[in-house]
Amino acid sequence: RHSLCAAVQQQQQPFDSSLEKPQFPGASAEFVDRLEFIQPNVISGIPVYRVMDRQGNIINPSEDPQLSKETVLNFYQKMTLLNTMDRILYESQRQGRISFYMTNYGEEGTHIGSAAALESNDLVFGQYREAGVLMYRGFPLDLFMAQCYANADDLGKGRQMPVHYGCKDLHFVTISSPLATQIPQAAGAAYALKRENMNRAVICYFGEGAASEGDAHAGFNFSATLECPLIFFCRNNGYAISTPTNEQYRGDGIAARGPGYGMLSIRVDGNDVFAVYNATKEARRRAVAENQPFLIEAMTYRIGHHSTSDDSSAYRSVDEVNYWDKQDHPISRLRHYMTARGWWSEDDERSWRNQSRKTVMEAFEKAERRLKPNPELLFTDVYQEMNPTLAKQRESLFRHIQQYKEHYPLDLYEK
Amino acid sequence: MAAAARLFIRGAHSTLAISGVGTGKQSSLFKLSAGCSSRLKAQRHVAHFTFQPDPPTTEYGATQKMNLFQSITSALDNTLASDPTAVIFGEDVAFGGVFRCTVGLRDKYGKDRVFNTPLCEQGIVGFGIGAATAGATAIAEIQFADYIFPAFDQIVNEAAKYRYRSGNLFDCGNLTIRAPWGCVGHGSLYHSQSPEAYFVHCPGIKVVIPRSPLQAKGLLLSCIADNNPCLFFEPKILYRAAVEQVPVDSYTIPLSQAEVLQEGSDLTLVAWGTQVRDVASDTSRSVSPEHFRSMLNFSLVHVFQSVARTGRLLISHEAPVTGGFAAEISSTVQEECFLNLEAPIARVCGYDTPFPHIFEPFYIPDKWKCFDAIKRMINY
Repeated sequence: RHSLCAAVQQQQQPFDSSLEKPQFPGASAEFVDRLEFIQPNVISGIPVYRVMDRQGNIINPSEDPQLSKETVLNFYQKMTLLNTMDRILYESQRQGRISFYMTNYGEEGTHIGSAAALESNDLVFGQYREAGVLMYRGFPLDLFMAQCYANADDLGKGRQMPVHYGCKDLHFVTISSPLATQIPQAAGAAYALKRENMNRAVICYFGEGAASEGDAHAGFNFSATLECPLIFFCRNNGYAISTPTNEQYRGDGIAARGPGYGMLSIRVDGNDVFAVYNATKEARRRAVAENQPFLIEAMTYRIGHHSTSDDSSAYRSVDEVNYWDKQDHPISRLRHYMTARGWWSEDDERSWRNQSRKTVMEAFEKAERRLKPNPELLFTDVYQEMNPTLAKQRESLFRHIQQYKEHYPLDLYEK
Repeated sequence: MAAAARLFIRGAHSTLAISGVGTGKQSSLFKLSAGCSSRLKAQRHVAHFTFQPDPPTTEYGATQKMNLFQSITSALDNTLASDPTAVIFGEDVAFGGVFRCTVGLRDKYGKDRVFNTPLCEQGIVGFGIGAATAGATAIAEIQFADYIFPAFDQIVNEAAKYRYRSGNLFDCGNLTIRAPWGCVGHGSLYHSQSPEAYFVHCPGIKVVIPRSPLQAKGLLLSCIADNNPCLFFEPKILYRAAVEQVPVDSYTIPLSQAEVLQEGSDLTLVAWGTQVRDVASDTSRSVSPEHFRSMLNFSLVHVFQSVARTGRLLISHEAPVTGGFAAEISSTVQEECFLNLEAPIARVCGYDTPFPHIFEPFYIPDKWKCFDAIKRMINY
């Protein structure tokens, strides 16, 4: 027995454990022999990419997208037209003319910069504060108003609350109220478009609050594992209604989550329309070329209230809001850029403001005069086809209205 | 609401004047002899029924012997072959699925068309909605109907409302969601549920539950072809137990057409999915079985006609009785057939408890409970 043990000992090689590598299927990494927790870096987090300073000066000329005067003027006009429409529609809700509204104050740069960087047939999934994307693509004021007034011209047939826009021709999927539901949907749509192989991308907008939803995690993970040509665009505007970001997350914002999913990520100055443009443009190019998702976190500030049902003075100071309105606003920054090049004068500003206000008011008055859709449309599109049960319910309603017509506002609706 | 359930009441063969209730697997239980009850004392894991296949048909072309999961595979195979946009996805579908419904499809059609997703039902359904909206035929698998609830928001708030809320600009009619459904003998709380009632309450989706391989393939193909989002619940206990001749080629069975299997004059019996096990053995009565393919309300017309004739209705489902779909049928039938009713409508359903493990033989609405309910109705 002694000789057997000796023989065994002789056969044992000297063992160098540092040569061992982890073989786990779940991760590819090296071994480490010191106990140390990885520190989440929230003090100096992911840096914010910008092209212009707050005065509209280009910082690094090689990052200047060098867009034409015509393009830049269009950016500016779309941002300001959106702003004008917001003011008028917000006011109209206060006056009881429409039931509800959400403004986009302070975030115009995120809409226009990103929309401009896409192809016109890229599919857009939004949350609810992206009206500028639709405006940039050419959605007419009449139809914005029609949706808010839920009149007979509304493409959505009057079924949803204001600002729940949608437009098939402009590839803007109809907005829904539940938050973040669009995120995994965007991944699925991108997968389908990838298979179609027609060089189309998907962009999915959401706020930093919606990013807390399970659907956001689902969408990020699916898009990365299934290799989808998709841009996730997070508008981090500091608040989810009254909830500030330090109550929404404890990590380094949304951009820091991207790498956790294996996703290329960037944080940009959302109030710098050129930074937004550059990041979106490059993300779009690579998403389609490489079939992988990109995460853009656009830092910005929600200057307005969450909606007409909110008074944000209840949870933040007027001074804070004024800072962003006066000192760091995407519209002012672009105007400085334009005036520095002699592309825009005080007269241009005055006449454009007047003209845009006039066109908004015309659309507004027209929308207000228009009748609401026929109540028959209460019952259609539940399924592609009508079914007998629903038809019976519809007949029952119409019989009822015939008998009790004085109690129903029939004059407001198309016959 | 539009739910499509496969209600099936099967005619008995032989001498019984009573037609079978429920799925074909019932029929052998019609012989309620001592031999039959000794079969009931069988060991655990043996199904409490024997599936009785439909007689072979050439209505849809050449057939092949298939069990339920094979008939599903066949439907999916036909779909992938004919529709280049079709994709199948969910947990574990790539290797063939935990119930073998997708065996062979990835090898045959490619990994971009049959693929695993991360373990996330809300993601699976959300992804499916988006793919369908973008034009693909999206067939999502949820591993067990018990796990469909993380996707409830996507199904109810999104899929069901996509067309309506957009004014018909957008829809996800190309979406079909499949999930194994119903009791299996040992599934307990989380592998036995029948959640159809939650979904039939939601306008905008269709809910379909087949009773047999032949029905399953035709109904699944109808769901896939249907331009509305559909939930297709597959009775898991039938995956291997139900075997019959199933057409090899594509065919559809209408989702919203009822089928009267056998005319009777004394009693109307309604059930869906696996719940056809129970049949009265009262040989002096004749029973009218209603065979529903779909739970769409308007197919209740045939129930009304039957109840107007028989005056008695029994509805049976595994799901808990309170708020179950039998309540909806019962309420509608009493509205339409009040004066025809000879007895209160009977519901023989699961109890208002979670689905138990060791107590399953006592929980399920078995044939003896149906038999007893029928006796009480006849003697009312």
